[in-house]
Amino acid sequence: MDIFLKYLGVFAVGGTLCAIAQILLDKTKLTSARILVLYVVSGVVLTAVGIYDYVVKVGSFGATIPLLGFGYSLCNGVFKAVDTIGFRGIFTGGLGDVSSGIVTAIILALVAALVSKPKSKKQ
Amino acid sequence: MSNHLNKLDEKKYAEIADKYSKKSSLLKDCTMAFVFGGIICIVAQLFNDLLMSQKSMEIFGNITEENGKALTVMFMVFLGVLLTALNVYDEIGNIAGAGTIVPITGFANSITSPAMEYKSEGFILGVGSQIFQVAGPVILYGTTASVIAGFIYYLIK
Amino acid sequence: MSTKQGKQTYTNDRKVYIRETAAIVGPREKEGPLGEYFDEVQNEDFDEKSWERAEAKFTSATFHKLMGKIELKSEDIDCILAGDLMNQCMSSSIGLRDSGVPYLGLFGACSTIAEGMVTGSLLINSGGMDNVVCMASSNFCSAEKTFRMPVEQGGQRPPTAQWTVSGAAGLLLSSNPGGPLITSVTVGKITDFNITDANNMGAAMAPAAADTIIAHLTDLGLAPDYYDAIITGDLGLTGSGVLREIMDLHGFNLYDEKKECFKHQDCGAMIFDPIKQKTHSGGSGCGCIASVFASYFYKQLLYGNLKRILVVGTGALMSPISVKQSESISGIAHAVAIEAQ
Repeated sequence: MDIFLKYLGVFAVGGTLCAIAQILLDKTKLTSARILVLYVVSGVVLTAVGIYDYVVKVGSFGATIPLLGFGYSLCNGVFKAVDTIGFRGIFTGGLGDVSSGIVTAIILALVAALVSKPKSKKQ
Repeated sequence: MSNHLNKLDEKKYAEIADKYSKKSSLLKDCTMAFVFGGIICIVAQLFNDLLMSQKSMEIFGNITEENGKALTVMFMVFLGVLLTALNVYDEIGNIAGAGTIVPITGFANSITSPAMEYKSEGFILGVGSQIFQVAGPVILYGTTASVIAGFIYYLIK
Repeated sequence: MSTKQGKQTYTNDRKVYIRETAAIVGPREKEGPLGEYFDEVQNEDFDEKSWERAEAKFTSATFHKLMGKIELKSEDIDCILAGDLMNQCMSSSIGLRDSGVPYLGLFGACSTIAEGMVTGSLLINSGGMDNVVCMASSNFCSAEKTFRMPVEQGGQRPPTAQWTVSGAAGLLLSSNPGGPLITSVTVGKITDFNITDANNMGAAMAPAAADTIIAHLTDLGLAPDYYDAIITGDLGLTGSGVLREIMDLHGFNLYDEKKECFKHQDCGAMIFDPIKQKTHSGGSGCGCIASVFASYFYKQLLYGNLKRILVVGTGALMSPISVKQSESISGIAHAVAIEAQ
């Protein structure tokens, strides 16, 4: 039962965060690039004021996999670094924590560019 | 402006144009975004749970919670890149909308797709300069926001 | 010489014939309702390493196809008028650089082929030129890359969005008899009703089409009934509805009571099956009206199914930079009146 509830939380939180972005896409003139930026910045802000921790508690990966989670990691990374190394941490903490994701993405993207060719859309 | 269309002004024209402009079906789009977004998060959770299970610890040795989370993100990025390179991520995205844009797999897709597309302009001025077309703003403003938050935290701590 | 009629229209004193046409399209266009009319089908990448080179190859292959159909040699062509959607019309200039024919590049966005016919018939009427080739091309993938995002990037297009046609078409305008006759041309004005949504080109271009059609009819003192069909470029389903309504508003009814259908037809709405092919509002791009006119409508004129038509090429005058700077999207439309022989 516990595991069911946990996965339900993941699905519900992850799904809701995506559905909110979809409403913004359909109902406003915001392009997807703008929405992604909005999500990351919101993630930082919500984490800084302490709200996002609750979302992560309920949603687990449903909260950290959407781009808000990127902001969550950035903000947490900075706070942790400030706690341990002080002023310098403001600059080193954020990207340090998310670097594994970014570096994986750019290295693999480079490999993809080497081995794969873009194809026209089916529909 | 146009003397032939004298019965029309911008306001009236906007009304007519709006009448014929078909709208997206919000309910359908949101359902799709919810389901696909939810499934992607479930996949991540599943991977993490398997990684942190007894069995996996026996094989790979002890994995800290922090490393497990980072490995899960890296796995999801890998999935996003793989599906892009196989030319299917955009086809899924056509159905899923925000459901495939907002998760970290979408971030991976937004880095991989320009990398593939701009290979024709070479690896420096094409791939190199265009790879962060969409991810660049995300990293720029995410980092800026975190620095501002960190600065405030440093002051009030 | 041409004779000016009214404000924007010119009738041809020296006869200008559309001697021959050629069109090469991509697989999606071939699968569409008009598929059987096109000369040739080629993959969107045309076995080239970039989308841009592929589009250029569409242009050069279409030019050779056209030259193969007629007894003229390329030395006999006085001028090529060509254009496309890529930066600085690079697909046309790369595709035609080996042709050895004098070249004038045109930019009229999706109205390019109509702009070519207008310019070509005026050049022939100046008395100096005898054979002019008009060409236009577009490619779905190169247009996505230039105006939207990389093709592999995930995302949805709204229902008003249009699908760029992959294809190229060429027409030979000649003072030597053969084929349908261009009787008059109308040069359109830039028209802007402050539409800023780059995913709603139909709405951005419809006022330009209406303005040019009204100008043409007013200049020549005609009613819409004079033509068997009034054919617009790529207004799509959205823009077609808008055009019919604003024409009606200004007292020009495009509905044909006798045939119980609209006299107005739109190449963008015709080239794809919007339900089966999920192309939303329809086709667009320089290749859209160019390939549909060069194949389907040209054959209707030859077979005598249509006697008199007004072809109105429509274009959205925008660039990726103007969209990012939130400029409104201006429309342009040029009209060409054509009569079967």
